[in-house]
Parts: sequence; C-alpha cells; structure tokens
Amino acid sequence: MRKKSLDCVYNLAKIDERVVFVGSDLGAGVLNAMKEEIPERWFMEGVAEQHIIGMASGLAMEGFIPYVNTIATFLTRRCFEQLVVDVSLHDLPVRLIANGGGVVYAPLGPTHQAIEDIAILRAIPNMTIVAPCDAAEMERLMHTTIEWPGPIYIRLAKGGEEIVSEKKYGFSIGKSILLREPGNVLFVSTGIMTQRTLKAAEHLNDWGCNSGVLHMHTIKPLDQETLLTLSKSVEFVVTVEEHILSGGLGTAVIEAFHDCPTLTMPRVLRLGLPNQFVEEYGSQDGILNNCGLSAEGIANSVRRIL
Amino acid sequence: MLDERSKFLRRLILKMVDAGGRGHVGSAGSLVEILRALYDSYLQLRPHQPKWEGRDRFILSKGHGCLALYAILADKGFFPMDELLTFCATSSRLGGHPEVKLPGVEASTGALGHGLPIGVGIALAGKIRRQKYRVAVVVGDGEINEGSIWESAMSASKHKLDNLNVFIDYNKMQSYGATSEVMNLEPLADKWRSFGFQVMEANGHDVDDLKSIVKELPEQSDQPSAIICHTIKGKGFSLAEGKAEWHHKSRLSERELLELYRHLE
Repeated sequence: MRKKSLDCVYNLAKIDERVVFVGSDLGAGVLNAMKEEIPERWFMEGVAEQHIIGMASGLAMEGFIPYVNTIATFLTRRCFEQLVVDVSLHDLPVRLIANGGGVVYAPLGPTHQAIEDIAILRAIPNMTIVAPCDAAEMERLMHTTIEWPGPIYIRLAKGGEEIVSEKKYGFSIGKSILLREPGNVLFVSTGIMTQRTLKAAEHLNDWGCNSGVLHMHTIKPLDQETLLTLSKSVEFVVTVEEHILSGGLGTAVIEAFHDCPTLTMPRVLRLGLPNQFVEEYGSQDGILNNCGLSAEGIANSVRRIL
Repeated sequence: MLDERSKFLRRLILKMVDAGGRGHVGSAGSLVEILRALYDSYLQLRPHQPKWEGRDRFILSKGHGCLALYAILADKGFFPMDELLTFCATSSRLGGHPEVKLPGVEASTGALGHGLPIGVGIALAGKIRRQKYRVAVVVGDGEINEGSIWESAMSASKHKLDNLNVFIDYNKMQSYGATSEVMNLEPLADKWRSFGFQVMEANGHDVDDLKSIVKELPEQSDQPSAIICHTIKGKGFSLAEGKAEWHHKSRLSERELLELYRHLE
C-alpha cells in the first residue's frame, strides 16, 4: 500500500507540475525514479518534521501540492502544532502520507504505534482523514487527492493486504462504500479492519445473523448521510477500527447519531484498541488478535450482545 | 533620537493599544525601524494588489509584534488607517496576532518558530519556478529558542536559498527577562554562520544602517542571509524601554498612555 501510494505520487508528478514530494529521512531508494527524473520537486529533508510541515505549507501557499511522507507517529505527534497552524489554519492542500497507521510497527513499541492519530487529527478544523483498506483503493484515492481543496491525512497500512475493494464502487473522499447489505447488524469499519470485518460478517451469517459492512474509508468528513440512512433499519451498529476507542471512528459514529435528533439511535458497540499504550511487541496480527480484533474475535463480540 | 516617521508609526501603535486595551508594546517597539527599512526600501509590493504574483514575500514570524506590522501596512495603504482602531475588536481583521485575512499578511503567525519554515517553502517555490521574488522573515530572539528555527536554517542553507533573508530582532529580552538568563543565544552570529548563512549585523533602530544593508542583499549568491538587528525592547515607548513587563501590556491607564504619547511628540 505504501509503495502504491508513493508510486502514485510519482505518476501524479509526471502529469501535474504542482505535485511535490517531501520525505523526512526515509528508507534508502524511496522514489529514486522521481528523484532522478524530477529532482526539482523531490525533497528529502531529514529528521525535522516541524520544519517539513512548515516548508510544505510554504510550498502550498505558492500553489504546489506537497505530498509529505514519514512514519505516522512522527507526522502527527511531533509536528501537531504545525499541522494545526501552518497547514489547517491556512487550509492548504498538503497531503500527509502516514506510514504505519495503527500497530503496523508492533515490534518497535509505543513510540512507533499510531494508536491515537485519528483522534488528534479529527480535532483539527479543515483536516480530512482517509484510511483505505487495500492497495487498489489506495490508487483510486490518490487520484482524487489532486483536486481536493484542503489538507488530507492518508493512513497507510502494512501492505500486502487482501484486495477487497472493487473498482465498480469508485472512490470519492467522504463517501463510504457499502460492501455488504445489512441485516439486523451493520458493521462500520475503516482501513484494514474492513477485511477482518467482512470475514466476521461471514461468521455471523453462518450463525444465522445477517450483518452488513459499511467501509468508512473517510473518517473525516464522515459520510453521515449513508450512515444514518442505513442505521434506521438495523438493531446494532458495530464500529471496528485499529485505533484506541477514544476519539476515532466509533466516537465519530456516536457523535453522528447523537447529533441527529430525528433518529432512533441504534445500539452501538465500539470495537478497537483499549485506551492505553500497547504493552506488547510481536506483530500487528498478534496485537490485533489479542485485542479481540481478529475476524473471530469481532464476530464473538457481536454474538455476546445479540 | 527617533525621527518624525518613527514617532508617527509609534503613535499609530499607541492608538491601537489604546483602542484594544492591550498589546505587545515592547515587542512592537523594537521592530519599527526594521519594518521601515523593509517596507520603504526593500520589499517590492503593490498595496492595492496585495496578492500580485511578483511581490516580495514578507513574514512576521514573531507574530506578537503585529502592532508594528499593522502600523506600516496601514501607512502603506494595504487597508484604511481607521481600521487600526478596531485592534482586537470582535469582528476586526486586526487580531492580537496577524492573520492572512488582513491584506498584506502573507502567513498567519503567533505560535513561534513557524514563520521561517514557511518562508523556506516559499523561497524554495520561487527557486523551482525561477521566480524573482525575495522572501524576508523577521524572527524574535526569544523565538529562536525554538528548534524548528534551526531545522529550517539547515534546510535553507542546504537549498542555497539566496532569495531568503532572515532578520533577527535581537532586543535581548524575551517575555520573562534577559535572553542571556532565560536562554543565552551567544555567540549568535557564529551560530547562523555555522548553519550556512551570510551574517550581517546592524543597529536595528538606525534606518540608514538597515537600508544600506538590505540594498546589498544577497551579499553572496547561493547562501541565505541572516541580519542580526540589535534593538531595544520597547524602543521609543518611554515607560517600556528595556522592561520585560512591557512585553505584553493590558489595561494601560490614561496617565501611562499620556506619558507614552508625550515622548513621541
């Protein structure tokens, strides 16, 4: 997924002179082809995230579309004030490509585990947050980023995820995709939790419970219209995210329900990481499974409330 | 001694402080002549066409010095002089820190350490597109405690941004007190030099001295410039000169205002 997103930056740069790439101190060889072909719009600026965001903002003020790439925790925690003041207060088209959303960097510990990135970025006015589920969807997303007027945070997964998105659904920022029609349960998932949620829905189906899956690739702005429409006919809404329970997708969904006085609010179950630092290393799979976020874990959580 | 123009600009500052009931008086006082030199003799601008593509870009990175910026922008005709009296009013375009909604303000600043990284990006954009505009950024001495300033200084040097000029308002006094006590900056010129800048020093209240320096910029191609402007906090405001407690002041008494005006007649 990361390679796909950066390849897209290169391809976009070839056809649009406004596109600029800004990396921090990324792995050797990243976007070498772009570096060689378009060196004047390729920058590797070192371990200096505050400066990088400010510099990208200055470039955007002059009409460029900077794609900034580094590790998610560094791109959100280290330069939070720059994201608020430089990028979002000026409402600039800076694209933030965040490596390792969630617990992708499980073995590297809590400094590298982006478990609250969505919560803190949701609090920033003008910021858009997108978490695609696979590389194919990433490619469709990247093509829409050229004309989106404000800043976008793009949360990357580990890579190599099963392709579950489909071309026929297209991709629009802020427009969720219904991958499976709901019965009395509607799952709302984002990022790579969508793959696990689709499998969980199969398990539930086997147990006689029809459940649908709404892939909410854009967490902000939330597609309230689709969410509220689908929620009218279900008994349970279950949110699934690779993020702490505070402030992420589940919180956004509850807020949407709460702010709609005409809706009879369905029962909501939020599934995600607990509100604490992760104390384990190992693997992304291992941590997610231990937090009840395997397909079976998700299905079991729903069975318990049915 | 301040000349009539310097006194006039400071009287405008006092009018804003009087109207708004507050303001960073000390932080503005040290800035006035730096802005005079830039706006009178260096920056190519069109006040009635503030977004003119060929304009030089100016960023007041120490946004809390905005009273001085507002005074010179109004004087140059970027917005009506009467608007100064709306300083900090509910619907005003003149807040306690400058924002882009006001014509002539290139970047919204106030949180410190932001203007120089943005300035690097703007200067870099000019290089990519081979545009001739220049970028001037004024930073405060307290402000350059921020690590982001030095991150961007390294980058400016790496990219050989000779279209970027950083003016350091070195009044040697930050909010709490003397910079030598809070966070010593010396050897300041050597610091900028070691980061790859051409360094010049000036009496920051001597307009002729400042003008002669800015006329020569860049002194050397392929290098950004740092102009260390030795200034006095609150310069020209009799009660405020060199006093940390006048960094920001609110609820000035009528007596204090009269005293400040009296020294600017």
